[in-house]
Amino acid sequence: MDDELLEDLYYYMLLGRYFEYGAKENYLQGNISGFLHLDIGQEALSVGAMKAFEGDVFTTYREHVMAIARGISIKSVMAELFGKIDGVSKGRGGSMHMFSPELNFYGGDAIVGGHIPNAVGCAYARKYQGIDTGTLVVFGDGATNCGAFFESINIASVNKLPILFLCENNKYAIGTHISKVSSFEKQAQKAKIYMPTMEVDGMDVVAVYETVTQAQGYIKEGNGPIFVEAMTCRFEGHSISDSNQYRSSQEMELCKAQDPIEKLKAHINKDVAKSLEQKVINEIEMAVKFAKESEEPDIKDLKKYMYTQEGLKHVI
Amino acid sequence: MLYREALNLAIDEEMKEDKDIILLGEDVAGVGGTFRVTEGLLAKYGDKRVLDTPIAELSIVGNGIGMAIGGLRPIVELMTANFSLLAFDQIINHMSKLPYMSASKIKLPMVLRMPQGVSKQLGAQHSENYENMLSSVPGLFVFAVSSPAYAYFALKKSIQMDDPVLFIEHELLYNKKEDFSLNEDIDPFKARLVKEGTDITIISYLKMLDDTLSVIDEIEKELKCSCELIDLCSLNPVDYASLEKSIKKTSRVVIVEEGHRMGSYGAQIISWAVEKLFYSLDAAPLRLCGENVPIAYNRKLELASIPTPDTIKRDIIFWGRQSGL
Repeated sequence: MDDELLEDLYYYMLLGRYFEYGAKENYLQGNISGFLHLDIGQEALSVGAMKAFEGDVFTTYREHVMAIARGISIKSVMAELFGKIDGVSKGRGGSMHMFSPELNFYGGDAIVGGHIPNAVGCAYARKYQGIDTGTLVVFGDGATNCGAFFESINIASVNKLPILFLCENNKYAIGTHISKVSSFEKQAQKAKIYMPTMEVDGMDVVAVYETVTQAQGYIKEGNGPIFVEAMTCRFEGHSISDSNQYRSSQEMELCKAQDPIEKLKAHINKDVAKSLEQKVINEIEMAVKFAKESEEPDIKDLKKYMYTQEGLKHVI
Repeated sequence: MLYREALNLAIDEEMKEDKDIILLGEDVAGVGGTFRVTEGLLAKYGDKRVLDTPIAELSIVGNGIGMAIGGLRPIVELMTANFSLLAFDQIINHMSKLPYMSASKIKLPMVLRMPQGVSKQLGAQHSENYENMLSSVPGLFVFAVSSPAYAYFALKKSIQMDDPVLFIEHELLYNKKEDFSLNEDIDPFKARLVKEGTDITIISYLKMLDDTLSVIDEIEKELKCSCELIDLCSLNPVDYASLEKSIKKTSRVVIVEEGHRMGSYGAQIISWAVEKLFYSLDAAPLRLCGENVPIAYNRKLELASIPTPDTIKRDIIFWGRQSGL
């Protein structure tokens, strides 16, 4: 992997990390409300997958870093957390619902497993349209226990759909350890009778990038679906209101010892790393300033986005 | 033309025009649909556009949503509304909300068709009406069509729209016959004036509309009055303007529906009428609906759970006399 790409991956992981620090700080100050699922610790997966995959992306509520790595501006992501009009979803979505069709980024879904059938449908559309890049769907280990997941791997398999199922296995379904709710430690077991599966160290951004690239290559050849399981570790609780009591300090130490940013830093020129860090800190500061200064949505537009403009004519 | 043929023609004409229209559902391709609505379409449009799905409603609707996100215009069929319960997460959390949550960045030009209602001894899990729940969901358009002409025009309109549409049919209407011209100018968002009258406004939709119409002469004769019968057609949004015009004329309002009394669709219409037109009313409104009970298999019990032509006639006459007609 060339230095330029390594630096890009490093920059986005760092940007994601500091973005989440900024989000947390502003949540605690009362500028951000509701749910806030921080991606701290899992940046390798979020950045590696978004940078490697060319096609459509469907993901979960833990999405800030993916949205940023996909190319959505940190200003509009931060403004969305603040619920402001310049937010990526104009304050209608919030932390868990960010979309950018122009970047083939389709959210941002807060129902565990609920977005997987949507990704399958989109993969069907791409196959029908003759577009070979396919669809990437990201979900956690917890989602692999729900019906939507099993229906989806079956449908993707029987129709040979161009879709990459990327399981982010951080071993916790909210606060419940995977061993209590799944028969398998590795969730790929559930998919392997339907499609080939791969496993990757989700704390290593280079490995994630390369594995996703390889998996997309498989899809592009028209082979149908593939399942990739990335073993990860989140440094924070499930959401900001989760005090993370269910993990021992020893477990957390082992977890943090795998810090993907520290791991990559060893391969980045020291001066470059330092200047990137300063750049990122400045950018986050600007994004927070932007979000603070952005206007609240206008109440007269409460219903504006419920339907298309044409549709609204029938309602108002 | 039969009701099911009108639906078929609407789909056929639209599919011919636009290759982005995809049809999916259980048994819609090879079998041609449980109620024969999609008959012949597989042969015309091929298995890339007419898809038999697994019996997995969550995915049928969820995949349709994904297809729409991906730029297609899916027409999704659920075998019955009873099975839509398996897809409620997709219908409510995704289909109705994605456009709003994304500030219109995501468009869902899709139609979700499903028949509902008490048919004949299909048992509790195949006889429900869910228009009350589905019409209460912000972000969807909901049609419930009672006639072949409206089936044709409303479905065409639904397919052409860029918003998500729920299209409710009734299992006992598929073989209803009506001649109509394809050149008529019908706006399915407007309530249909089925019969003009001056003394009672009766509002209904789907099969109850026909059941009411079948006894309306007797009601008029008995009460020596004239009834105006209105078919809602669009359940969300409601054409309140047409209802208001009629109720202001008649000063009396009745709604006839098949669903359970608790939380019924008609409760909303009556509530609106009382809030909005209280001083125009000469009598307390009447709501005829199903009992609060699962639908039994036994035919006598089944019919006792919903309005029938006999009970519609009986109840409206009783109410009419009590209210001074």
